[in-house]
Amino acid sequence: MQFSKVPGQKNQHKVVLYALSTCAWCKMTKQFLEDNDVEFEYVYVDLCEEEDKQKIRQHIQSKGGPLSYPTIIVDDNVLITGFRKDKLTEALEL
Amino acid sequence: MTKITLEMVRQRAEADARTYGYYLNPDPKFLQSLLEGLKRNEERYGYPSCPCRLASGKFEFDRDIICPCDYRDPDVTEFGACYCALYVRKDVHEGKTELEPVPERRPMEKQSKAYNVAAAKEEAKATSEVKPKLMYCKQCGYVVFRDDPPYTCPICKAKKEMFAEIKTRTDFTG
Ligand code: SF4
Repeated sequence: MQFSKVPGQKNQHKVVLYALSTCAWCKMTKQFLEDNDVEFEYVYVDLCEEEDKQKIRQHIQSKGGPLSYPTIIVDDNVLITGFRKDKLTEALEL
Repeated sequence: MTKITLEMVRQRAEADARTYGYYLNPDPKFLQSLLEGLKRNEERYGYPSCPCRLASGKFEFDRDIICPCDYRDPDVTEFGACYCALYVRKDVHEGKTELEPVPERRPMEKQSKAYNVAAAKEEAKATSEVKPKLMYCKQCGYVVFRDDPPYTCPICKAKKEMFAEIKTRTDFTG
């Protein structure tokens, strides 16, 4: 699976963003992470091969999340669904 | 094929909002990015499926999430906005109510199809039930021809349970 990496000063957490290339909330989440100088990696699920889509589905569901985008997984532990500034701020200690 | 322009997508959404008494998202940048998403989906799939949901690319499986989707009316009523927040309620448009992320209402069984289109196609072939059928809304008489009834009746807003199949009989005698 081809993740795009975005470098940032705040790199103490491993941040994975599952997004859709067409989704406005995903775009805002990405922008929020960039504005806060957070290092993260993201993938556009709609542009993935079917095999990868299934892997992403498994990953999200194994963390108890609904299949909604954006989904942010912090340190492979905390899952955040949707653009939630409050939750992102808390999980990323911003 | 005619080229899809952003202006066409915008006008369609505006007209639809007016018809149903909704408003489009008041944030111009956010709105623009949703309209671009709709345009992109129409270009790649041939229909403007929801920009915030993963589509299968197969019309039969995506029909309920073609914008405006089956879930818009109940979501705008309950949460003040559709799942993407393209369509919003008057109070949200006026800034009187803050928007929270709208939870996904689409059944998981429908969402799943986009992750494994091949399996979904096989399944559709195996079950005869998914073939489109004629159904009517027992409340207002609205008639549809599709696989499942809509989430709510687009005319009278009755729940999908109000839909019943119309049994047709072909009689060759007489
Ligand atoms: S959630 Fe909103 S933007 Fe998405 S398909 Fe439904 S009505 Fe359209």
